[in-house]
Amino acid sequence: MSPLWLLILILVLAIAGFAIGRTRAMASVDDHRKLHSRPNYYGTNVAMLAFAPAALLLAVWVVAQPIVINASVSHLIPETSYEDAGALNLIMSDVKRVAEGLDVAVAQGALSAEEARSIRTEFTDVRARLGEVGVALGANVDRDVLRAAQAYRARAATGTWFMTAAVLIVALAGFFFAIREARGDFRARNRVENGILTLLITAASIAILTTLGIVLSLLFNTIEFFRLYPALDFFTRLEWAPSFSGRGGASALGILPLLWGTFYISIVALLVATPIGLFAAIYLSEYASKRVRAFAKPLLEVLAGIPTIVYGLFALLTVGPLLVSVFGNGGLLGVDWMGGGRAVMTAGITMGVMLIPFVSSLSDDIINAVPQAMRDGSYGLGATQSETVRQVVLPAALPGIVGAVLLAASRAIGETMIVVLGAGAAARMSLNPFEAMTTVTAKIVSQLTGDSDFASPEALVAFALGITLFVVTLGLNVLALYIVRKYREQYE
Amino acid sequence: MKDNMEGRKLVDQMDVKFQTRDVQVYYGDTHAIKDVNVDILDKTVTAFIGPSGCGKSTFLRSLNRMNDTIPIARVEGKILLDGEDIYDPKVDPVQLRAKVGMVFQKPNPFPKSIYDNIAYGPRIHGLARNKAELDDIVEHSLRRGALWDEVKDRLQEPGTGLSGGQQQRLCIARAVATEPEVLLMDEPCSALDPIATAQVEELIDELKQNFSVVIVTHSMQQAARVSQKTAFFHLGNLVEYGDTDQIFTNPVDPRTESYITGRIG
Ligand SMILES: Nc1ncnc2c1ncn2[C@@H]1O[C@H](COP(=O)(O)OP(=O)(O)O)[C@@H](O)[C@H]1O
Ligand SMILES: [Mg+2]
Repeated sequence: MSPLWLLILILVLAIAGFAIGRTRAMASVDDHRKLHSRPNYYGTNVAMLAFAPAALLLAVWVVAQPIVINASVSHLIPETSYEDAGALNLIMSDVKRVAEGLDVAVAQGALSAEEARSIRTEFTDVRARLGEVGVALGANVDRDVLRAAQAYRARAATGTWFMTAAVLIVALAGFFFAIREARGDFRARNRVENGILTLLITAASIAILTTLGIVLSLLFNTIEFFRLYPALDFFTRLEWAPSFSGRGGASALGILPLLWGTFYISIVALLVATPIGLFAAIYLSEYASKRVRAFAKPLLEVLAGIPTIVYGLFALLTVGPLLVSVFGNGGLLGVDWMGGGRAVMTAGITMGVMLIPFVSSLSDDIINAVPQAMRDGSYGLGATQSETVRQVVLPAALPGIVGAVLLAASRAIGETMIVVLGAGAAARMSLNPFEAMTTVTAKIVSQLTGDSDFASPEALVAFALGITLFVVTLGLNVLALYIVRKYREQYE
Repeated sequence: MKDNMEGRKLVDQMDVKFQTRDVQVYYGDTHAIKDVNVDILDKTVTAFIGPSGCGKSTFLRSLNRMNDTIPIARVEGKILLDGEDIYDPKVDPVQLRAKVGMVFQKPNPFPKSIYDNIAYGPRIHGLARNKAELDDIVEHSLRRGALWDEVKDRLQEPGTGLSGGQQQRLCIARAVATEPEVLLMDEPCSALDPIATAQVEELIDELKQNFSVVIVTHSMQQAARVSQKTAFFHLGNLVEYGDTDQIFTNPVDPRTESYITGRIG
């Protein structure tokens, strides 16, 4: 039975269980006020026990079965026919494709089940037979591959059979166990509450485990990279020059030029976003009338909803040319600082614009959290509004604002599209902000796009870059959240 | 006829600080203060008492135009400080508040050092010509706030780190530092424990030698202890105003009596 049908079946069982459990519990007492829990809880308890363990088993099985079978079938491929793990993977995907092809052929009646189990490459042109039913294979089917595919099918069929049996047994066991429990004095409500709690905990763990999984996958690939390329070189070399023709030693993969570009652009962005965002926040929270605020705040926040690729286009088509017309050759200032539109300034300014609503919205919340009593105290001493803002409100909000700026910084560091389009691709360590530079994120993109061989250091370096970036932004976020939280506590 | 009456009342009496005539305060459509006429004396503690929501705070805040910071609040009638209308367009509310200081219900020290909390007002108003003078003002104010001995060794520590009672005395010292002529206090002890309350009351008693003090309080005992004059408010009206002794022992209005004996409130 296919997993979907199984799922439907246990769902039906659960619904039936709900009705039966409810009825049985009601029948077990003469007055249903004597029930420990309301009748629905007894029904839910049965449904829960019938469904949850079985569904869980089904999910685990569906994930685990292919992995297990894959591992056992791959032993059937002679070791002489492949060189490394990558090649074995390719062969195994052929095996799966042939196995699926045989399934399709059987389903369409082109092969009998017996034939599918026993055909041999020596007697049958499997590629042609499968081609007839619409499964195109790239090459003639190898003898071992066909054998493996047949074994794969056989084991998959057995596995599915066992799965069906096991899931049904578990579902029925839960069902009957719960039905037997559905009596007036059973504490169904507490059991159901526990079930709900488990559900919530599971949801929370999934979020955490996913993060952990991401970190681990980054970490393993990074370790793999450091096996091929010395870590010391990666962290200290001042040159970034990956070569895709030669392998290994020919490339210079130093992260410093990329980090330099990242920080340079981020600092320009923060220099733009912090004052403008902060002043906007002060205006909105301290001076603006209710009507202006009601209309300006959402408008500012719309800026935050613009996809970053659009900002990238803005950098490429508007900001870059504008800057060139001022700082470039023959520009308004008569200086020749800027060669092309792509530059640290282009990306930095655009990114700054992107961050304005972020800074202003967070700062606005923080300024609003400064108690009115603080302002009253200042007004009560004869201070003007601007004195109050400068000397009382801002100092009180400062830690929170610092936190907001740090959060903005970690966004700037992780930003990709704007730098890909606005900053250029040259890894360079220069002080001139009108020169093109590139960032960690932009290089991760370029190392993994196109035909990349995932076993080469030139591709694996992307993971090392990624984890470095992750550590930096994580550190910033933790620091920022710590500061913001400290600040909140102050006024609670 | 109204002019007539004003003419009579406006005669400069040396010891009258505030004179209010037919004061109305509205919050939007809510009529929170109705026809209040009262003379508040100099170098005297005046207590405002009355049940919650009767408008004590509202009236107090109209005496230094703190109500200006509430957009929907509107004040009508005349409020004269030393004979001058404080709602006259010529009057800058910011300067008025330097003369009529305010202490709030909850201590609200600024997130600055103890020293900077006290120096805040003097700095804004340029009361000190140099650091030494400012130091003097800070010390003097803290002494008047009965806080000097407790904090003199830690003036650079944050004011928010003090205990509740100390914070409130810091706020009083802060208000005193700008050398106001009147000090308005809105339930200054309601967030304090009995010991801190006693300290603040003692302080109020000393302050009256130099200032006119107006204090809103919920505690009848407190009003009786610290004030010489008492005003009883009820539903936005000033019901009775007189010597504290008389109000507490021999009230004229039946509502005052009910409140004092605990039957309304
Ligand atoms: N900021 C405000 N906005 C609207 N109404 C207010 C505001 N402050 C006070 N009021 C109203 O004015 C009346 C008097 O309040 P208040 O002066 O605070 O009373 P009290 O201090 O005597 O308890 C109350 O009915 C209250 O609801
Ligand atoms: Mg009040």
